[in-house]
Amino acid sequence: MGAVVESAVGTKPNQDVFSETLQQLAAMDKNIVAVTSDSRGSGKLVPFGQKFPEQIVEIGIAEQNLVGVAAGLAAAGKKAFAVSPACFLTARALEQIKNDVCYSDNRVTLVGISAGVSYGALGTTHHSLHDFAVLRAINNITIVAPADNFETEQAVKLAAESNKPVYLRFGKKPMPLLSPDEPGDFQFGKGRVVKEGADIAIIASGETVYPALQAAKKLEAEGIAATVVSMHTIKPLDVQLISQLAAQTKAILTVEEHMVNGGLGEACASYLIQHGYRKPFKIMGIPDEYTVTGSQVEILGHYGISESGIAAEAAKLLASA
Amino acid sequence: MTDKELALKSIEYRKKILKYIVGANAGHTGGSLSCVDVLNVLYNNVMNVGPENFTSPDRDRYIQSKGHCVEALFVVLADQGFFPESDLETLCKYKSHYIGHPTRKIKGVEQNTGALGHGLPIAVGNAIAAKMDKKDYRVFTLLGDGELPEGSNWEAALTAAHYKLDNLVAILDKNELQITGPTKDVCNTDPVDHKFESFGWAVRHVDGHDFKALTETFAQIPFEPGKPSFIIAHTVKGKGISYMENNGKWHHGVPNKEQYEQAIEELDGAVELV
Repeated sequence: MGAVVESAVGTKPNQDVFSETLQQLAAMDKNIVAVTSDSRGSGKLVPFGQKFPEQIVEIGIAEQNLVGVAAGLAAAGKKAFAVSPACFLTARALEQIKNDVCYSDNRVTLVGISAGVSYGALGTTHHSLHDFAVLRAINNITIVAPADNFETEQAVKLAAESNKPVYLRFGKKPMPLLSPDEPGDFQFGKGRVVKEGADIAIIASGETVYPALQAAKKLEAEGIAATVVSMHTIKPLDVQLISQLAAQTKAILTVEEHMVNGGLGEACASYLIQHGYRKPFKIMGIPDEYTVTGSQVEILGHYGISESGIAAEAAKLLASA
Repeated sequence: MTDKELALKSIEYRKKILKYIVGANAGHTGGSLSCVDVLNVLYNNVMNVGPENFTSPDRDRYIQSKGHCVEALFVVLADQGFFPESDLETLCKYKSHYIGHPTRKIKGVEQNTGALGHGLPIAVGNAIAAKMDKKDYRVFTLLGDGELPEGSNWEAALTAAHYKLDNLVAILDKNELQITGPTKDVCNTDPVDHKFESFGWAVRHVDGHDFKALTETFAQIPFEPGKPSFIIAHTVKGKGISYMENNGKWHHGVPNKEQYEQAIEELDGAVELV
């Protein structure tokens, strides 16, 4: 694991890095195909479409068809990246994901953009707070929520070479680099430890890893040592790392930009409880309610998913240990 | 194959469909009997695909959107030599790969289907890939008239026309019946020809049990350059068995011993008329 350095650079939105990486791959491999649902603007695919007009398929706003067509492209040898807002991709096209992609072993990468509460005040229709839950219940898919630009670049490259379906989940805002790891450090299914500490483990995913890291730094100043993990792969879960954290720390806090039902936290809890874990454990996420109005940061902050909120929750949890 | 050879082949296929449905005590009898003549012509006279070239990227593709009528597909694939016909004795039995819907575990099956409204979008993706790769294979998909209300069909119909997929052929097995009753009473999709034409497809009607007409129609594909082809095959649910024809109860009815014997007798009798 690399030393933790918060880089001053590398603060692009992950969606931008996705597009740039896909362009690099497409330049070398004509079988890379982007499939979009009138989402090339928000998916940052405009330059991709300009450079590789033969490698982009526009479907229009029709998510079921988007995924079905991507499956057909994959069946004919293409490496299809089906790009659509995460909320619609994983709800409206769920049966196509289940049958045409996963059950049929079609190697499609599903790219859920503007995930979680990225759309902020656009509200519940546009929030994707269910995608981990529904996709976790489907066989034969790798679910990945990269935390920073490094993880995003690596994830896109791995997805292009994956022999099974992959779901990549991206938010909209610029993401600070968490750690200067070497490319070889990143693997699907292997959590990335971005800070070490013996008191409490904070397991986060996607855009919540950065506030979790900031919270850990705040805790450190208060004399609490926290390990922070970017659990970028929700499925398959890195149970080896979770077991290690369970043994080495006094409490575990999970953090995610997803409803508390069925996401990263429940996945961790399910594993831990069935393997004898009896220490304090808490899931931070969006509660089972319609979200408040606001920007992404405001909504997450409302539910405590912020530097101060995570730090407070971690301290409270540790105090109960 | 000649029309006579095709006719004899279809009788053989119908007998096998019934045999294996009875053996499994499950299956979609009526719809398998309505579409089997189309499959017969496709596999024996039209498509460039067989066990010998099934892994070739240049093969023609067939995707059965109406996946529940897998029995028709399985007997045709067995006849083509994709797998030993004796495998079908395990149809729907414990741990068999031969489940009640198409699955890629079976050689010859292009895509897993079963949930309705999935075949056309996948076929569109296949056809777009062929255009990208400048390959001249064609993609065929068979739709049931009962599955047409699924919105994904209409989404895919738009995309197919938008991309001028004249290498794509959708065949509608228009047997006019679905599980609840007449399709026109459940959700009327007529005039389906006008609908597809207005979406930008080239459309033809054909008697789905007329081998000559089917062969001639398929020979004219693409009906128009730059347009996907839509073939409305007018068929009879339960075709070939007097007591099953146009009778909705045979959607997934399984004949009892007496009914089975009568059906085989009728089919044997039909040989004389060919």
